[in-house]
Amino acid sequence: MNPDIIKYKTGEKILLKGNEAFAEGTVRAGCRFFAGYPITPQNEIPEYLSWRLFEVGGTFIQAESEVSAINMIYGAASCGARALTSSSGPGISLKQEGISYIASAELPFLYANVMRGGPGLGNIAPCQSDYFQATRGGGHGDYRIIVLAPDSAYEMGNFPKLAYDTAEKYRNPCMILADGLIGQMMEPLEFNFDFVDVEKIPSKDYVVGNCKGREMRVINTLHMSTDILEKHNWDLYRKYEKIKAEFTLFEEKYTDDADIIIVAYGTAARISMAAIMKGREQGIKIGLLRPITLWPFPEKIISQLAQKVGKVLAVEMNTGQLVEDVQMAVNGKAEVYFYGRPGGNIPTGDEILGVAKDALKMKNVEPGKINVLNKL
Amino acid sequence: MKRVYKRPEGLSKTIMRYCPGCGHSIVHRIIGETIDELGIREKTIAIAPVGCSVFLYEYFNCDSIQVAHGRAPAVSTGIKRVNPELIVFSYQGDGDLAAIGTAELIHSATRGENFTIIFINNAIYGMTGGQQAPTTMPGQKTTTNPYGRDPKLAGYPIRVSEMLATLDGPVYIERTAVNKAVNVLKTKKAIKKAFQLQVEKKGFSLIEVLAPCPTGWGISPLKACEYVDKVMIPYYPLGVYKDLTQVK
Ligand SMILES: Cc1ncc(C[n+]2csc(CCOP(=O)(O)OP(=O)(O)O)c2C)c(N)n1
Ligand code: SF4
Ligand SMILES: [Mg+2]
Repeated sequence: MNPDIIKYKTGEKILLKGNEAFAEGTVRAGCRFFAGYPITPQNEIPEYLSWRLFEVGGTFIQAESEVSAINMIYGAASCGARALTSSSGPGISLKQEGISYIASAELPFLYANVMRGGPGLGNIAPCQSDYFQATRGGGHGDYRIIVLAPDSAYEMGNFPKLAYDTAEKYRNPCMILADGLIGQMMEPLEFNFDFVDVEKIPSKDYVVGNCKGREMRVINTLHMSTDILEKHNWDLYRKYEKIKAEFTLFEEKYTDDADIIIVAYGTAARISMAAIMKGREQGIKIGLLRPITLWPFPEKIISQLAQKVGKVLAVEMNTGQLVEDVQMAVNGKAEVYFYGRPGGNIPTGDEILGVAKDALKMKNVEPGKINVLNKL
Repeated sequence: MKRVYKRPEGLSKTIMRYCPGCGHSIVHRIIGETIDELGIREKTIAIAPVGCSVFLYEYFNCDSIQVAHGRAPAVSTGIKRVNPELIVFSYQGDGDLAAIGTAELIHSATRGENFTIIFINNAIYGMTGGQQAPTTMPGQKTTTNPYGRDPKLAGYPIRVSEMLATLDGPVYIERTAVNKAVNVLKTKKAIKKAFQLQVEKKGFSLIEVLAPCPTGWGISPLKACEYVDKVMIPYYPLGVYKDLTQVK
């Protein structure tokens, strides 16, 4: 490897937008193939990669559509490359067909959804409207995607290594679910992993090309026999159960003495932290459980905390998606509250502190039922 | 005794499940022979479309990928950009290539991607039961044109080769047919040339093959071959539409 391509030393303090940190992080993690289609608020990713991949001898393609982009990824991943695409809601919807094929073919690759407001064309403001789409597979058929939710430029820059390693370990697509604020906010960060030498990534025994001396290989998602497809579905199921057991990530803050736990990810978690700090100054004890993997969902810890604390508040930038997973984890054993700001509006710390206080005051609340704290 | 005819190594031993008189099996054989003659089997990747030829990955003795309806040129692009030494061909029907996959086709052509498309124009959706294709002839009856295709309601057939020849990206575009021996031989020549150009890294090539679909058309294999001559070729003239290798 030519050391000139490394660009940043491990641990070196730098200042980048979240999207740029992500783009650099993917190259650093060994990505050498990007195909995508412009859409706000993720444009810094393809713009950065259009010159950066050129520098490291990789390929950048601005595709004619997201449909084409994801199928270019299918081709590149079929050859074993660390491939990448990125988009925002409307484009991710178009990519779902291809993602379903790649998930069925069990090929690893990475994609990012830098979320904006929806449905439809929505707007370009930060939002968390695509949680359901991300955590339920998203396209047709019975499959799951590993979903990482960064809350900072630091995580945008460092998650790509984790994402590629995990995707390859389980032969499964992995996605980064960010939002416009995480993508566009400029913050200091450093890379916590060394620049990956792509020559040293072990070759995979399931990719196509150069069949010299071996049987031909087929990358296929068509299984006309119902028995074979049923077996394929159960094989995938077992894989997903293994991922659930081995790769569930979360962060806990101030949960030890908390009277209420906020569950939030990404930007909503960042702002909830501000509310928590301000609350602590006033003697109000709020804790935070931040899921880092949205799928697999950290249901066990939420269930434990809910039983201990008794009150759980989900804060989201939508009208309530993650809260359904929280409700399932709580399983009737605690009070469940929800506060949401959809449409691209971002809640303030004071707003969140206010609703947390409301929730703390509420009495005789039916456990397990979702109590919406927005004044509608 | 001298052996004059055998199964090409480029084809697997699986028995093809096409209808009697179907054009697909002839074109498969031609590609198999081409793979043998150019000695490229070990570095070839076949891209199987969605259509009657979806099981192509069982019929070719090389690595292959089965892809979504119409998306083959995008998948081929991904492969060739990651590994330019591989030989990639996509094999696509008229629905796959000229309806749902039009964007992927045109843009891979205009980028001049170095792979080969074999385009089977049988003027119908064979696999799904004989519905209208973008290339269905005016007046032709299909299961979704019970009164025959009326261009006023259902549009006109698309001439893919002519359309692509207007682009600067492609290097070689020819239309052939497989309805009689002389045309089969010309198809072989065209397909071999297209693969050869890819080996030489010359760029994008597409061979459009007019192919009979007796089942979809609801006529006998013999009548289907006549139909290609009498109805299809006058609308889709055979010949070379673009050949940059001839330009000096
Ligand atoms: C997204 C999507 N839409 C529709 C289909 C159903 N479908 C399967 S094959 C086909 C038409 C194939 O026709 P053509 O490409 O002309 O191939 P032929 O069978 O004639 O060789 C359709 C519409 C599908 N598999 N995927
Ligand atoms: S339906 Fe037509 S294209 Fe399909 S196998 Fe039969 S003859 Fe061939
Ligand atoms: Mg057809």
